[in-house]
Amino acid sequence: MGLFSPGFMGRRREPVPGLPPGQHLVTDFPVLSIGPTPRVTPEEWRFSITSESGLMTTWTWDEFQALPQEDVTVDIHCVTSWSKFGTGWRGVSLDTLLDGVDTQAGFAMARSYGGYTTNVPLDELRGGKAWVAHQFDGSPLAPEHGGPARLLVPALYFWKSAKWLRSIELSTRNDPGFWEQNGYHMHGDPWREERYW
Amino acid sequence: MTDLPASAARSTWNASDWHEALVVEAYAETPTARTIRMRLPEAAALPALVAGQHIDVRLTAPDGYTAVRSYSLASAATGGILEITVEELTDGEVSPYLVRGLDVGDRLEIRGPIGGWFVWLDEEPAPVQLIAGGSGVVPLMAMIRAHEAGTNPSPFRLLYSVRSPEMAYYRAELEELARVSPRFDLDWVYTRRAPSGWPHAPGRLDLTRLAASVQPLGSTALTYVCGATPFVEFVADALVRSGRDPARIRTERYGGAEGG
Ligand SMILES: Cc1cc2nc3c(=O)[nH]c(=O)nc-3n(C[C@H](O)[C@H](O)[C@H](O)COP(=O)(O)OP(=O)(O)OC[C@H]3O[C@@H](n4cnc5c(N)ncnc54)[C@H](O)[C@@H]3O)c2cc1C
Repeated sequence: MGLFSPGFMGRRREPVPGLPPGQHLVTDFPVLSIGPTPRVTPEEWRFSITSESGLMTTWTWDEFQALPQEDVTVDIHCVTSWSKFGTGWRGVSLDTLLDGVDTQAGFAMARSYGGYTTNVPLDELRGGKAWVAHQFDGSPLAPEHGGPARLLVPALYFWKSAKWLRSIELSTRNDPGFWEQNGYHMHGDPWREERYW
Repeated sequence: MTDLPASAARSTWNASDWHEALVVEAYAETPTARTIRMRLPEAAALPALVAGQHIDVRLTAPDGYTAVRSYSLASAATGGILEITVEELTDGEVSPYLVRGLDVGDRLEIRGPIGGWFVWLDEEPAPVQLIAGGSGVVPLMAMIRAHEAGTNPSPFRLLYSVRSPEMAYYRAELEELARVSPRFDLDWVYTRRAPSGWPHAPGRLDLTRLAASVQPLGSTALTYVCGATPFVEFVADALVRSGRDPARIRTERYGGAEGG
């Protein structure tokens, strides 16, 4: 515990279960992006996974929609210190998408329309922990929140949940993505406050 | 810490750790915003700042409850002093305290500096277009100040959207710079009330005003847009739709977006 701020009472008195250290709850949905919001129509949209041997699997929008869909309700945590509880998403589990992919890789690089990248350990994408989401609260995902589709990895800070997802490349190396090259953590676990390096 | 060589001291600074800062100066920037200057006891160890970076500020209540928010640095020059300007959101948790509660002599905890993307480096060769809404001018001011302090010849142009004349941050400094500096141009947009005799009726920044107030299309300008999320969304989108290269536009969104 550091020093006190004389006269500061704060809004919340009780510790909130489920809230990682240093986070506060919001009810709206803040937007953080590095540049203009890319506009990608479902017709133009393609999503691919490439294994470390270079084998690529690609889905069109219709093919992606035809995969088994899951509805999940998760808490999300942004490194800029807001958290939002109980967000509802619909999308395809990474377990489904990785099902036919033969890989020994330990790491994944998510790449977005617009050029954004972020690295995620493959472990964090498997076992029912990650989705490619295309609906938020029952509606198509808005462009500023990453539509047509974004990665959803709620166990990590939200910059790992790449918006406007275009591809995932598997690798045996853990290369840094965009924010990871710009001062942010390689892993990003909110419960361990892995914010900056 | 002072008896350590600077390089050794510097290596002990960690952007993830909290550091105590003493508030040495605080003054009203506008009727709703306040500039706060603070001194770091460990100033010698602070890594070099880059214009556009922000810090996190942590407040602690008597019962140990803490609240953290991000604030851009208004200047990349330190001399051991960090400067921020905070806009009060009336229903906010942290900003009303920083604007009206905090006193000179109080201490804050800070973390950072953070950010390696929404920054301007002195070696940047391109002309620069800055576009700010309200408090979004803060990191752009750090860029303007760094540019004026150095010798980089590229032109800077700031388009600053404010509700009314008295809501503008750093007005005197900006207007003086626009008068004397051959490398800096300034354009205002007033959304609610304009100064008397102003050639444009007050109103939100629209496509025509935007096009008339930024570096011309086809210029290699690097554009920085900062402010509340809806403002940044509108401006960045309009620039892209008018044919500008998205890769040359950098944004920082302060918040205030509603819904999914
Ligand atoms: C990288 C970064 C840099 C920032 N730099 C600055 C800065 O230099 N100066 C500054 O004043 N602020 C800055 N902000 C915003 C700041 O971090 C806080 O969000 C702001 O001060 C509100 O905090 P609060 O606790 O008073 O309000 P909260 O209690 O967090 O929120 C109160 C209400 O205001 C809404 N809200 C939050 N932010 C905004 C906004 N920007 N505009 C409109 N409504 C909003 C919330 O959605 C909520 O409904 C920055 C934010 C980021 C992410």
